[in-house]
Amino acid sequence: MRIAVCVKRVPITGGRIVLTDDATAINTQHLGFTISPHEECGVEEAVRLIEANKGESVVFTLGPAEAVEQLRDCMALGIDRAIHLRTYGRDWDGEATAAALAQVIRDDEAVEGRFDLIFFGNESADSGGFQVGVRVAYALGRSCVTGLKKVTLEGASVRCEQEVEAGRDVYMVPLPAVLTVKEGLNLPRYPSVPGRMRARGKPVTMLNPQRPEPRLELVRLAVPPGQGRRAESLGSGAPAAPAVVDVLQQAGLL
Amino acid sequence: MTVLLLDDRTEVSRQALTLARQFGEPRSIALDIFQPFAPDALAAAIAQQDPTAVFAAGTERGNEVMARVAARMRLPFAANCIAVTPGDPVIVTRLRWGGSLLEEARLHSPKPLITVAPHSVRPDDGPPPTEIVVDRPDDREFVVQVKEHIQPSDGGVSLAEARVIVSGGRGVGSKEGFAILEELAGLLGAAVGCSRAVTSAGWRPHSDQVGQTGTKVSPEVYIACGISGATQHMAGLKGAKRILAINSDPQAPLMMNADYTVTGDLKEIVPAISAEIRKRR
Repeated sequence: MRIAVCVKRVPITGGRIVLTDDATAINTQHLGFTISPHEECGVEEAVRLIEANKGESVVFTLGPAEAVEQLRDCMALGIDRAIHLRTYGRDWDGEATAAALAQVIRDDEAVEGRFDLIFFGNESADSGGFQVGVRVAYALGRSCVTGLKKVTLEGASVRCEQEVEAGRDVYMVPLPAVLTVKEGLNLPRYPSVPGRMRARGKPVTMLNPQRPEPRLELVRLAVPPGQGRRAESLGSGAPAAPAVVDVLQQAGLL
Repeated sequence: MTVLLLDDRTEVSRQALTLARQFGEPRSIALDIFQPFAPDALAAAIAQQDPTAVFAAGTERGNEVMARVAARMRLPFAANCIAVTPGDPVIVTRLRWGGSLLEEARLHSPKPLITVAPHSVRPDDGPPPTEIVVDRPDDREFVVQVKEHIQPSDGGVSLAEARVIVSGGRGVGSKEGFAILEELAGLLGAAVGCSRAVTSAGWRPHSDQVGQTGTKVSPEVYIACGISGATQHMAGLKGAKRILAINSDPQAPLMMNADYTVTGDLKEIVPAISAEIRKRR
């Protein structure tokens, strides 16, 4: 069995987002980086499926040179190898990202064989375009199911549970398929020290795709105006309890 | 010239309709025209109309179908917009980071595909759109179709609909530490929520998580105990009417973004609130 998972390097934003001077990006000078939360569950699912069924898992990313850190993180968790589509500082829109990923997946499949499943996060934490996985599925001519909280292999098909307002909808699609997943699909493991050691020796293939002009072109970012909350202190420690209950009573909750 | 609205008959669709009118007189296609839900078939039916613009609600379903329309028509797609100005290019303002940032972007497309973020636009009182009649797409478009529905398990007060939420973060300290939050929630008829740090540690199930990648909530009162208030968490709180923050660190972002704060050890404060409620009953 072969499984692919696609991830994106994003900053850990913490409490307050600060923009660069030209307002086209987040100022990441003092920030750490990770992958989108939904994608962490995609990586975990890929690792579990290969542990259970044998075969190979491959992680793909499109991002700057430093994104190799996130690829190593994924390999520390058990992914076998990585393919890095390197970018050079400029924003790629969802359409261009999907086209580049679809091409490199096709190229890898031509040599190594078809991926039974390709995982994506339902949407990235930063740009939230809700489209890269779906576009890759269409480009490859495969079924795509989105927003999944549970994935189960059943023979040559995959059973997919999608969270909806009142419960879950279930789909059954044939392999190969593209699945976009959401946090809650599983509880991702932490990397082990031996896992980190092994990751250092795993292969990363570096490619330099051409960036097409974006058709959804980022002009500038802005921090939205605050919600105008002005905190009123009700005091400190246990003696503040009566004031808290007054507030709950005023809200009609007691 | 066909401007299409993918209509799920919600308030958000009416917001999308309001923005769509800038591009012409919209006609609509119902989200549930094929039952059960079949997103590829729906996207095929939309593309079949060769629309000049398509609008939908920026919900999970709306974004999913629009991505399929975009892939099929080989067009760019701007998700979760809050403002749209027609032209060449179309200028959009859209949400990033679950609403923690706004992005101004140029959409270079002869046929704009746009979803509209919930609660972002005041709906107009213009006429409802006329529904179009569509042909049933080819059978292969129905490979991806809902086969079964699982009812939610009855697990007490639902987080998304709760009027009061008692929520805990890393500051709660452990799985067992949530007992005092459960107790207070029981007294208030509240749901218990948590931050992402808590689910990642395995203290609570993901279904309790409030935030950008968890549940978005809109209670009358949100009681945040030992939650620092990372943007990931705040993205889920935009609908909360009042926020009460309990934290030992008065500089924590959530303490700055709350309506009421109590500084100190939540392990003393939360039981004291429960005791005070009992005393007044």
